Amino acid sequence: MREGLQGPAPEERPHPTGRRNGQGIRIDPETEAEPDTRRTVLSALVKNEPGVLAKISGLVSRRQFNIESLTVGTTTNPETSRVTVVIEESEPGIRQVETQLAKLVNVISVRELGDDAVGRELVVLKVHGDEPDKVHAVTEMYGGTTLHAGRDTITIEITGDEQTVDDAVDAYQQFGVRELARTGQTALARGGEWTTYAEEERYERMQTQPETNDD
Amino acid sequence: MSEGQPPQRAADEAEPEPAAADRTDEESRSPVTTGAESVVRALERAGVEQLFGVQGGAIMPVYDALYDADLRHVTMAHEQGAAHAADAFGIVSGEPGVCLATSGPGATNLVTGIADASMDSDPMIALTGQVPSEMVGSDAFQETDTTGVTAPVTKENYFADSADSIGDTVGEAFALAGAGRQGPTLVDLPKDITTGPTETEPDEGRTPDTYNPPEAADESAVEEAAGVLARADKPVILAGGGVIKGEASAELYEFATEYGIPVVTTMPAIGAFPEDHDLALEMAGMHGTGYANMAITHCDVLFAVGTRFDDRLTGGVETFAPEAQVIHADIDAAEISKNIHADHPLLGDAGTVIEQVGEALAEERAADMAATGERFAEWREQCRGWKEDYPMDYVAPDDAPLKPQFVVEAVDEATADDTVVTTGVGQHQMWACQYWTYTQPRTWVSSHGLGTMGYGLPAAIGARVAADAVASKKQRADGEAVDDDQSVVCFDGDGSFLMTLQELAVAVRENLDITVFVLNNEGIGMVRQWQDGFFEGRRMASEYPWMPDFATLAEAFGARGFRMEGYDEVEETIEEALAYDGPSIVDAQIDPDENVYPMVPSGGANGQFVLAEEQL
Repeated sequence: MREGLQGPAPEERPHPTGRRNGQGIRIDPETEAEPDTRRTVLSALVKNEPGVLAKISGLVSRRQFNIESLTVGTTTNPETSRVTVVIEESEPGIRQVETQLAKLVNVISVRELGDDAVGRELVVLKVHGDEPDKVHAVTEMYGGTTLHAGRDTITIEITGDEQTVDDAVDAYQQFGVRELARTGQTALARGGEWTTYAEEERYERMQTQPETNDD
Repeated sequence: MSEGQPPQRAADEAEPEPAAADRTDEESRSPVTTGAESVVRALERAGVEQLFGVQGGAIMPVYDALYDADLRHVTMAHEQGAAHAADAFGIVSGEPGVCLATSGPGATNLVTGIADASMDSDPMIALTGQVPSEMVGSDAFQETDTTGVTAPVTKENYFADSADSIGDTVGEAFALAGAGRQGPTLVDLPKDITTGPTETEPDEGRTPDTYNPPEAADESAVEEAAGVLARADKPVILAGGGVIKGEASAELYEFATEYGIPVVTTMPAIGAFPEDHDLALEMAGMHGTGYANMAITHCDVLFAVGTRFDDRLTGGVETFAPEAQVIHADIDAAEISKNIHADHPLLGDAGTVIEQVGEALAEERAADMAATGERFAEWREQCRGWKEDYPMDYVAPDDAPLKPQFVVEAVDEATADDTVVTTGVGQHQMWACQYWTYTQPRTWVSSHGLGTMGYGLPAAIGARVAADAVASKKQRADGEAVDDDQSVVCFDGDGSFLMTLQELAVAVRENLDITVFVLNNEGIGMVRQWQDGFFEGRRMASEYPWMPDFATLAEAFGARGFRMEGYDEVEETIEEALAYDGPSIVDAQIDPDENVYPMVPSGGANGQFVLAEEQL
């Protein structure tokens, strides 16, 4: 006959005083337990292959990352594309998006861009054509372009940072916005800074050995 | 490990095994003429000698090419069985297991096994047939978007688009499965591509140039981590599955014993450190030992190697090692601070990083005599005390019904140390963890992350094939007969066994020497345990009022069947079942009300493990 599991019951055991927060970070009981979220831009250089966008979007959706926008387009190198992801996450969340993206086999390089990154997005919107002069004035004010002016509707393009585009769309509301199409943000690092490290390496390579580059 | 190379078992390192291409005379082989032949040639070049699969329409060209190949194909009863067998093959041999299936239902039947391998980072490659390219997207007969379906559960997957490149794609998939953080890869093979003409011989499989897993950790990070360990008073090593995957058990042993640091393992790391060693605290987590969970809860430095901090290990993250600074070594940067924040991340291969930290600690020790192993003596004494306070035990009256823990211990006693244990998922799996003493890596084969019921029997088939393959390789390398008849036993539950028992037909057909112990409690015991504990004993759909007679069923399949009810039958039955040279099933009638303890209720604190239902 054996005796079964022995030992002090849960409440009779010593208890540690520390704890961690929901992100598994060891915390001082006096300090804030949960980190704030912040909005940031990640730029990923990826192989320009079929299915790469599906892999990236599938990754972010199944891991429930809070994605604000995701844009993609080819770069100077036809074999690569740049994916720009705007996310709003806590610091650990941002690092997770970055490292999870980086481990995809099709991803060459990923980097978080700083606050000073040059970012732009574009909106095409269609308003009622009752007051063409006023519409034109708003378009001028936001440096936009009139793409089409018909008897009933006027279609305008505005490009700018997110805030400018938001403001412009607000301004057009007075004419009645029938419909609009808006892209997500696309961005590059500011000035001489490289957006991703892989591009710097390639650029250097092309400068030193232009003849061997068959792109 | 070196980039692009599947990991080798430590035993093979002294004398590298020649590649398959060297063994057979490559010159004498006829050149490839079709995509399918190129696929098979790529497998041969990768050193594959056995595969697990099921025939079907879209994969037929590949099977046709296998007709002339010198590869052992184990025809499974169901594709899920093929995936689990390939998975287990990878765990036991260290080299990616290969499974094949046709398009549509064949491919989708693989998905559970692929997902299982993905959760446990097991090296595996799946090859699936696909409808001809021009019919893709037309909802053709037996069409499924296989790369779409499997993208979330594969490390990488490929849609083969030309007969000329198909062999290289398979080679890359194979190399990738075994490199860095291991995992399953898949190549979808449209029928027109496999039947298409090509004369291109596949190259040696290489990982893509964008895949560069870290080898050694950053030196300054290593020094910092070593400093933290040297200043610790209550350090614990938490070994994860990465220790086994990275063939780092020897380094772990050397490190832990050199500095006298207690070792806790995760479930996938069972066998990474000998459980009969004084420093071994065994498995932590939901059904881990009380002493492992006490050590985790009260340690001040946790040196975690190759673990992803699964919730079954951590319990509620708020209370996981709450006082500890965490040093986390992993080959996958995405695991760092994913679930538990790493104060000191070390990116690299498990064995290399352990050695690096060991060397840095040796320097620390030279500089500061206080940082010797003696320093942790008090802490070791504390851990030993917890072992005495919370011993693993169970109540076992002398009469029936049998206690499952007793059966596990009896089989352990009757078998050699290197016996491979596979399990299904449920209570029996936990008893097999808790009451078997594992002393060697790659002897514990189970479904950890996904928790796939039905894993045990097909895994035993894969494990048997792998054990034989490893022995035969060793024999070829050493040039002499190896007296190594490693046993494979499977512990299964009746509910788990019912899910894949058709694979018994395969075990009989291939005459595989495996012994299955069905711990039969006539129901899904783990669910029943939770219902009793958390759902007021409302046993909805967890009791099976009628069960087949597994002993007779085994005989119907052509296997040997045994039934075991009383303690007086145990020893003799086990002996007879193990002695049978072929598959045998022991239907062990166990106490249907036996529960698994200790237990940390889901999301609870590890230090608050309960020892009995009344503590819930």
